[in-house]
Amino acid sequence: MPEDMTLERGRPVTDTELHRRADWIRLQAVDLIAQAGLGHYSSTFSCAEIVATLYYHTLRLRPGEPRWADRDRFLLGKGHVATGLWPVLADLGYYPHDLLKQFGHVGSPLNDHPNMKVAPGIDFSSGSLGHNLSVAAGMALAGRLSGRDYRTFVLTGDGELQEGQVWEAAMAASHYKLGNLVAIVDANGFSGSGPTSAAMNIEPLADRFTAFGWRAVEIDGHDTGVVRRTFDELPEPSSGQPTVVIARTRKGHGVDFMEKQPQAWHLGLLNPEQYADVVAEITARMELAGTPAAPGPEGNA
Amino acid sequence: MSEQPAPPTERKMVDVFSDIDRDTALKANPSGYAVTEIAAADDRVITLTADLSNTLAEFREAFPGRYIELGIAETNSVSLAAGLASCGYVPYIFSMSPFGVLKTAEQLRTDVDYNHLPVRLVGRLSGLAMGYFGTSHYAVEDIAIARTFANTTVIAPADSNAVLGLMRSTASLDGPVYIRIAEAADPVYAEVPEIAYGTWPRLRTGDDITLAAHGMGVGLAVQAADVLRAEHGISADVYDGAFLKPFDSSAIISSASRTGKVLTIEDHTVNGGIGAIVAETLARHKIAADLAQVALPDVDLEVGVPAELYEHYGLTVAGVVAKAVELAKG
Repeated sequence: MPEDMTLERGRPVTDTELHRRADWIRLQAVDLIAQAGLGHYSSTFSCAEIVATLYYHTLRLRPGEPRWADRDRFLLGKGHVATGLWPVLADLGYYPHDLLKQFGHVGSPLNDHPNMKVAPGIDFSSGSLGHNLSVAAGMALAGRLSGRDYRTFVLTGDGELQEGQVWEAAMAASHYKLGNLVAIVDANGFSGSGPTSAAMNIEPLADRFTAFGWRAVEIDGHDTGVVRRTFDELPEPSSGQPTVVIARTRKGHGVDFMEKQPQAWHLGLLNPEQYADVVAEITARMELAGTPAAPGPEGNA
Repeated sequence: MSEQPAPPTERKMVDVFSDIDRDTALKANPSGYAVTEIAAADDRVITLTADLSNTLAEFREAFPGRYIELGIAETNSVSLAAGLASCGYVPYIFSMSPFGVLKTAEQLRTDVDYNHLPVRLVGRLSGLAMGYFGTSHYAVEDIAIARTFANTTVIAPADSNAVLGLMRSTASLDGPVYIRIAEAADPVYAEVPEIAYGTWPRLRTGDDITLAAHGMGVGLAVQAADVLRAEHGISADVYDGAFLKPFDSSAIISSASRTGKVLTIEDHTVNGGIGAIVAETLARHKIAADLAQVALPDVDLEVGVPAELYEHYGLTVAGVVAKAVELAKG
């Protein structure tokens, strides 16, 4: 890809294509996890449609120049789902597809959580929950100070919102009227050890963000048409109120047995039989959608 | 009958909660003075505070659009500064050391240090400077923590001139810097010193004992060296440990090799500060030397106005002299 080729905002894509892309992300993540021997399945699956829509429709990007100053920023606050991001960045040309084969090995720039120092296309490192909304607010403020019109998106988990720092950041974002900041909550209802609100209630989320001065939108995070339109209808970056998109999702979405036991598949490894079932279920759905599955790294489970 | 307390003027605490008159700014508020000067030459520089805006009165007046108040929210301040730095800015966070460093240690490590970002944390009121407020307000473990961060430069200026010199010389570093400000330290440098990166200025030359200190301890060390020479016939080799990371191992090694005795002075716990730096360095290089520390003990600390606390813990010229004599003659 030429260094200065820009992927503009609002690239044409159909809702079906985005659904297929989300399933492709799931397949790719399954393979990366198989390669590493352990990984986060169900929380990667809950945000697959969101990641697909951002990268294949919404974000203004320049894969040939990852540090381009005017790019839209994307921060993976819930860094444990990076297996869903690595194939996307390879596909868009940030690095060769072959790099995925190093995933999970010492020296690979692609880790289980993203590291901006080594992985092209990562706008900020993550892994410690609760930090990235603050970082994103800093990036949005930088956009204001430098007069650039980029947006900064941050994808958080719902359990992550239990971190107090998130609310410090929420307060600062509305105080500084950061209309160029968009938080997306992958509200899949579960944390690592159980239902999020059983551990510590975070609802009513929309009311809480609204009380902190945010514009809050609540959507079905698996309906690519809705996700796409929600992003299309974001206020201008120059506007004065940050937006939170509370995406109601299902942890493990896209694989029947994971959706029934989302907690069991927060972190784990499919055995060969389960791997085959998962690939068959997702592939069948993709084929039903009309086009063959996109090629990925060789499955090696 | 108990002794009368000292008159209030002598017991007064350092007041950093007031606006500073420009004429006295360099002496009373050197970090605010320095950042204003640095910002004038580098438009990437912005300042942030978590409720310490008074230190930046001059900066705010000069560069109103480059100052960001973040309220009493230190962790958010550090991560947000990291976001600004990742977009090309050089943020100086002004905070009180106990909250700016200890509360945010993980944000400093994960967001700033691991990502090699040029965030500067200016920690005012370090050590026991807020003694009277209670132990919650002490920053006596900060060096031990900050110097374990792989990419962070840690500096502890000895006096106002050193604050300006060290802030100037670290302004263009690509990585993070923790600047530990000692309040009301005795003057050491008559002019603004130019201290090369990672080096320890040698302030007195001697053969009998090495004194190594940082921050407010440097003024004590220099004055103690003069007393040691005049009254005890002991010649001290005195170093300003301005850089705690990276530190000047060759200064430590060459001086300790000659004197065989090293006394470290610091308003920091005995663990992990300059005392530990010296001990680790000498042990690693197989240099035998007698060591002693004037530092804060590894126990619950007392509360009181700083002057009384310094007295209590021997962080005085007399305290340093006594310990040095003991070590030199031991």
